[in-house]
Amino acid sequence: MTAAALPLVEQFSYGLDAPICLTWELTYACNLSCVHCLSSSGRRDPRELSTAQCQAVIDELQRMQVFYVNIGGGEPTVRPDFWDLLDYATGHDVGVKFSTNGVKITPAIARRLAGHDYVDVQISLDGATAGVNDAVRGPGSYAVALRAMRHLADAGFAGFKISVVMTRHNVGQLDEFRALADSFGAQLRLTRLRPSGRGADVWDELHLTAGQQRQLYDWLVEHGDSVLTGDSFFHLSGYGSALPGLNLCGAGRVVCLIDPVGDVYACPFAIHPAFLAGNVRDPGGFARVWRESELFAGLRQPQSGGACESCAAYGACRGGCMAAKFFTGLPLDGPDPECVHGHGERVLAMADTAAAPRPAGDHSHRTSPRRDPVPLTLSRRRPAEPAQPPSARSGDRGPGVPGVVPRGSRAGGRPPGLAGPARAMLRECGVLAAVLAVTAVLTVLTPPAAPARAAGPARAVPAARELAGHPRSG
Amino acid sequence: MACAVSTERPRASFDLDAAWQLAAQVQVRPERFGALLYHFGTRQLSFLKSPALLAVVRGLATQPSARAACRAADVPDAQLASYRRALGTLAAAQMICRREAT
Repeated sequence: MTAAALPLVEQFSYGLDAPICLTWELTYACNLSCVHCLSSSGRRDPRELSTAQCQAVIDELQRMQVFYVNIGGGEPTVRPDFWDLLDYATGHDVGVKFSTNGVKITPAIARRLAGHDYVDVQISLDGATAGVNDAVRGPGSYAVALRAMRHLADAGFAGFKISVVMTRHNVGQLDEFRALADSFGAQLRLTRLRPSGRGADVWDELHLTAGQQRQLYDWLVEHGDSVLTGDSFFHLSGYGSALPGLNLCGAGRVVCLIDPVGDVYACPFAIHPAFLAGNVRDPGGFARVWRESELFAGLRQPQSGGACESCAAYGACRGGCMAAKFFTGLPLDGPDPECVHGHGERVLAMADTAAAPRPAGDHSHRTSPRRDPVPLTLSRRRPAEPAQPPSARSGDRGPGVPGVVPRGSRAGGRPPGLAGPARAMLRECGVLAAVLAVTAVLTVLTPPAAPARAAGPARAVPAARELAGHPRSG
Repeated sequence: MACAVSTERPRASFDLDAAWQLAAQVQVRPERFGALLYHFGTRQLSFLKSPALLAVVRGLATQPSARAACRAADVPDAQLASYRRALGTLAAAQMICRREAT
């Protein structure tokens, strides 16, 4: 079989000369403290790439013909050089799609963005209502995101994206999200919650139930053409028909992550030494990491389906998400924790989840909100605390007031520890699940002498069926 | 300078005898399996699944017709229908456009 005769997905699984797109997190600094932040962002890392180093990376991406990057963080727009880097990238044939919580999208910035041909904007929003959104992203974050959307729409920025991480609490709002996007002339983008970064702490409470996964799948089958998914729900293909997209884990094969300090990881959801391939500051730069790292070479070898190989759905779901397995303590060659046939749950029940690898490199704010349980022995709560907001509940105490935070307390109400509007520290999670950020059209040559070729409509031609596969998402 | 009008016919009626070229906003990245095409205007990717198709696409701008570009890339006559269909897909995605239109 010649290389050209392999299905495209298999071609991709053996890797490309350069990523199709990559995620680049420009800073770990963020004004928000989203409970599920995939990169545990909050505080800037002193080792973050300088402006000149970022420009050198862009130069290299241009040489490698990486057509566009998905920029996130942290909140990338809090970097003072962000807008200049945006201009630098687009001026060097590298298109930019960036994720933001909207904090810096003023009317003037919105107009500037609207004038850019090669810039796409994603506003992160994890609830169609303030209550649902702010419980995950922090008080006031819904209002900030909506304000940014209004500014973009007023500036004539058509087709910006509203980017939603699906949770147990917002999956019932799919139609509302779509209506919201329609009202701004925007496009809806839905991605999967992963147990990455701080997401590991809230995954148990926020990830979709089995019934909700089915609900989401049915909704995507019905509306999939009008929403983007970052290709992140390919594990749901195990239900039956494949969702639009590549249905492939692209980690180290067609995508990767460059983090704020220049470390290159296999995917944005795998910030852990086990998936660290190198650093853009190493000799040979990013190109060498992409082309020569042992980690990526390994990922491009044929993968074993392990326990999944005997499952009839394996061809569709390919075993699911590597990062989801890793951070829940499951073997990489077994089922996804959210396997739609329940195999993941069964393995999880037997697994030593306490031994699951912890996400590395925590840049969370040290103060608000409180994330980890704090020993009660340190508790020294003052009896009279006048400024306590009325909505504060147990596990929802102000910063600097140690107390045990029950894990379950986060899902229903506000994130624990956020003290109220006066100190609404807004933060962006830079959720960038992208495998592909654009609609793609497969151009497939029909094999010569295919008997069905003469038979009329394109869909009847076997190879042409692939034409209908749109590895679109992002 | 981009494809001024996207009035390309459906794939079936792709005109092999017309003069075509890559659209101005499209970049080509060769890969082992063929190439990746990216359109900076539509943000679409296309995958050329054979090096021969890449050769055809690259030849469009200098050949008098798409048919001549196929011939120059040694595409056998028996495969011309496949190439026509592939080029039709690219035209529909505005990756290539009629030369006289620019």
